[in-house]
Amino acid sequence: MSDVLLLVQAAADTTRAYGEFPVIGARAAVWIAAEVHLMFAAFVLGVPMFAVVTEAIGIFGGDERYDRLSKEFTRLLLVAYSATAIWGTVLLFFLATLYPRFFAYLFAIFKYSAWVYAGLFFFESFTLYLYYYGWDRWKKGRAKVGHWTLGILLNVWGTIVMFIANSWLTYMMSPPRDIGPTTDPTTIKLWHAIANATWMPINVHRLVANVVFGGAIVGAYASYRFLAARTDEERAHYDWMGYVGNFIAISALIVLPFAGYWLGREIYQYDQSMGITMMGGFMSWLWVIQAFLIAVLFLTGNYYLWIGMGRIPGAERFRPYTKWLLAVLVLGAIVWGTPHTMIADSKELAAMGGSHHPFLGALGVMSAKNTAVNLMILTTFLSFLMYRRGNMRLVVPWARAGTMIQAAMFAIAAGVVLFYGIRGYFVDAIVRIGFSVYQVLAVLACIAGVTVIDILLGRGAQSLGAIQWGKMPPRSQYALFILAVTFTWLMGLMGFARSGVRQYWHVWQVMQDTSKYAATPALGYASKMISLCVLIFLSLVAFVFWLGGLAEKSTFVSAGEGKARHVGH
Amino acid sequence: MSLRLPPALRRYAEHPFWQAVGLLVLAYVVVVFVIPLLPGSAIVPKSVVLQYMATVLVGVLIYVSDNEERWARFKEPLGALATEPRLKLVRGVVLAGVTGLVGLVTYGQVRTTVAAPPNLRSIHPAPPTEITFRGHSVTLTGLDNPLRQHPESAAAHLVVGKRIYYQNCLPCHGDHLDGQGHYASGFNPIPANFQDNGTIAQLTESFVFWRIAKGGPGLPREGTPWNSAMPRWEDFLTEREIWSVILFLYDQTGWTPRTWEKTVSSER
Repeated sequence: MSDVLLLVQAAADTTRAYGEFPVIGARAAVWIAAEVHLMFAAFVLGVPMFAVVTEAIGIFGGDERYDRLSKEFTRLLLVAYSATAIWGTVLLFFLATLYPRFFAYLFAIFKYSAWVYAGLFFFESFTLYLYYYGWDRWKKGRAKVGHWTLGILLNVWGTIVMFIANSWLTYMMSPPRDIGPTTDPTTIKLWHAIANATWMPINVHRLVANVVFGGAIVGAYASYRFLAARTDEERAHYDWMGYVGNFIAISALIVLPFAGYWLGREIYQYDQSMGITMMGGFMSWLWVIQAFLIAVLFLTGNYYLWIGMGRIPGAERFRPYTKWLLAVLVLGAIVWGTPHTMIADSKELAAMGGSHHPFLGALGVMSAKNTAVNLMILTTFLSFLMYRRGNMRLVVPWARAGTMIQAAMFAIAAGVVLFYGIRGYFVDAIVRIGFSVYQVLAVLACIAGVTVIDILLGRGAQSLGAIQWGKMPPRSQYALFILAVTFTWLMGLMGFARSGVRQYWHVWQVMQDTSKYAATPALGYASKMISLCVLIFLSLVAFVFWLGGLAEKSTFVSAGEGKARHVGH
Repeated sequence: MSLRLPPALRRYAEHPFWQAVGLLVLAYVVVVFVIPLLPGSAIVPKSVVLQYMATVLVGVLIYVSDNEERWARFKEPLGALATEPRLKLVRGVVLAGVTGLVGLVTYGQVRTTVAAPPNLRSIHPAPPTEITFRGHSVTLTGLDNPLRQHPESAAAHLVVGKRIYYQNCLPCHGDHLDGQGHYASGFNPIPANFQDNGTIAQLTESFVFWRIAKGGPGLPREGTPWNSAMPRWEDFLTEREIWSVILFLYDQTGWTPRTWEKTVSSER
């Protein structure tokens, strides 16, 4: 019956359902507009989170450097907001003219939320102007707290705007089950459409990802300014800024896989065939590329920390351990990137007895991958801990016992991860899926417990010397660039995986894509498109960075103003 | 407990450059020669060798450059090779070697070969929600093997399943259900190995039913290229016979089929 309806739908489409775009085609035009808009949106949502946190540290911690850092980023936001709005408008016009039937359908359901969306954008823009232009006027006392409240408001508006846009795209992916091809869109209740199966998981995933992205972009900006710096003081300031950006990005990255796991699980629960296409079928190759890119993030983030230990007096104590951490990360990356179904020629296939390698195939399943990524997260956390301890001499009487307890927590967490990883090979798939929850809980409990103990251990700790900010080789700054580029690439790649699992549906099993672009693009074509979007976005961001330097002088504080500070923020 | 090396060798073993070279060579030997020698293992496909070596190379570069002292020492031999007059001959050999290697790789990429190129075929494409079997529709989501509802008749069904298997599946999937039947080597892709933990052990019985019923011609778009030689068994076997042979496959291999999550079936 539904096939007949779809045929009728296809026949109706002959009357101006789709428009055409010169040279690159309608789909590519919408793809570029949507992707670059989304990247700028992540920028203007992530960076205010960063700005409001650093402003709070400046207010409540009394360190003015953080306040200036916050202001410097808000200045970049002004231009980035315009870029977001421009690309959003381009997307809107493209959708309305190239996919008019689908556009009409979607906004027959979501028209009220679209109006609220537009209104909120207005509020958001003017809050940003107040926030930036009021910076120097509301600088002290209660006025400063009021100013900080504006920053919080900016984040609240931005988050609601994102939640509204998320409801549109998640409806396309997981419309409520009672909605079918014949349902009149004007009869669908707005909240019913908004609160669909994947809406909240995407909200949480994107919220955390925006923090990661904001930190990474801050890091890239700092590295750009570091490399262009002419004085040691300027270099010291931007070195510190890069460290803060990287710290926030990697800290949030550690929890991001858990949010992603929830989203993946919801997709499976909503429609198993969609889940299989994503994780085990056509789209599964994207996850191998994703594994590569996330391994690059882990390796680069740790690399930056290890180089940074060179500027911390006392951190040389921990140097001998870094090579072992590196070994765990490399082995983890190898396991994580091992495909279950291997690319092999006919001779290799015959030798292996199929596409699954008889020995390495064991590394291609979820048990091995979950184990690898959890151990990589623990290793990265250990790197942070060593970096934080770099120039500390602990003075609390229970310092040795505390450190032993921390070591035991790491050992127990790693033990739990390994136990369930190995056990996963001997149980049914249904039981195995539940094991990843225990692995994640063990890692999170270790991170929380060790952090609390570390803060208590650090009470009254003596400093072995101030961090020599600015004493970083240029290659450390390129590591920050790599982080920002990789994050951007990952966003494009995984965004395609999420959106692509709908295959030839505008709205999954409700509205079919009957245009000539309905076929899911080949991975090679998709990779090129995503790379093009990343290139466009980063070129525009480079322009924004340049404008940021053009508008005002940089905000570094001279050495006399900055106190010798402890590491770890 | 440290290994005592002669001083000349120790000088190399402690130098970051030669450590890097040693690690890369060791990784290559392990991946290409040691892993295939392990019991039950096989050669590692070139694509995976490349992937592993790229990861190890990144790790090695991080190792040699994550502190200034080690990085400076690592660069010493490279700097010397590029500039020192006494190393003129070595420089010439290295340059010729690198050029030759690039040429060799290029030749390997462009030379004509009779082997079919590797492809990114999806082995387990997503199944449809429902299929038609000889004209009537079968909902696959949440579907279990109906023959399991009567455990007392299992032995009889297994006898039927065994007969079906030996009459129809044996030539390709083999006596050991390992995909090594008499005709197996003539196919690309080769027949599925049911003993492998990556095939029926990962799948629900409804997925296996779908694949047997519809075969290669019934593969969805994402299962391209459609060059699987598996016939559409719905043209030759009844629904009950297919479920019987599925029972036989799981019974013989010892695998248990993947089960459905309760929430999924109840939501549907």
